[in-house]
Amino acid sequence: MAHSGVRLYVAVFAALIVLTVATVAVSYVDLGPASVVVALAIAFTKAVLVVLFFMHLRESSGLTWVVAGGGFFWLAILIALTMSDVVTRGWLPVGVK
Amino acid sequence: MADHAAAVAHQFDDAEQQRGAAELGMWIFLATEVMFFGGMFTAFTAYRWLYPAAFAHASRHLDVLLGGTNTVVLIGSSLTMVLAVHGARVGHRRMLLVCLALTMCLGSVFLGIKAIEWGHKWEDGLVPGLRFTLTGADAGPQELFFFLYFAMTGVHALHLIIGIGVVGVILALAWRGHYTPAYHNPVEVTGLYWHFVDIVWIFLLPMLYLIGRHGP
Repeated sequence: MAHSGVRLYVAVFAALIVLTVATVAVSYVDLGPASVVVALAIAFTKAVLVVLFFMHLRESSGLTWVVAGGGFFWLAILIALTMSDVVTRGWLPVGVK
Repeated sequence: MADHAAAVAHQFDDAEQQRGAAELGMWIFLATEVMFFGGMFTAFTAYRWLYPAAFAHASRHLDVLLGGTNTVVLIGSSLTMVLAVHGARVGHRRMLLVCLALTMCLGSVFLGIKAIEWGHKWEDGLVPGLRFTLTGADAGPQELFFFLYFAMTGVHALHLIIGIGVVGVILALAWRGHYTPAYHNPVEVTGLYWHFVDIVWIFLLPMLYLIGRHGP
């Protein structure tokens, strides 16, 4: 049990390093607008690995899942509502003479 | 040490409830930290949307090699931190002590590399307000990028300095034998904080260094 725990942590570490090298390598390739999607998808995958295995969320109670999920859900609201303003400002000719 | 192993504060039914409360409390704090960093991430996203070309140009002033190296260093420190927690859980004293010390070392290496990067930015005249020498049509939005760069990496570095201090306190207490497999909640919640700071950097690397290496 003790040793399988250490092996799991080292495996997660190896995955995180591989993903870091991948995201840096991919940044040298011109993917156009997709480069943002790829970079953030890799970062999100790394964050999920850290949260589940290093922060032991998969062993945690439902209440902890609610708090952790709530933090990121409210962050999504913050970004989504702010960007819904910033992105759509030019869509309608309101206030333009 | 037996008194620590048996120590369940009077408001808790048992050690498991006490452990769960410590974990939940730390996660609630981290949720507020998500919102704290989230404000800056949102500001960065909004201004990057408004000035895509200037942010791409400014991003290319950053050193991807140093940023990538620092990412590897910080992920390494997360591995040593989780191994320290593992050592505390199974009662492996040397693993706990050595891994806490390694975590502090790797955190310090990260700060050292960060300081070198900031020094380069100073030499290149890319420090808003103090020494900003870029000129041209998009110098203003580029200054905005570097303002956000220093705000985000600076606050992140401050979190890391606090983390190194906290790990130092935990190391001293562990050295004196305060933690047992039955009671080591401070080690667990310090680990949660450390990994959160790692996650913030995991998002800062692509946002600041990687996105914007191509395009206009």
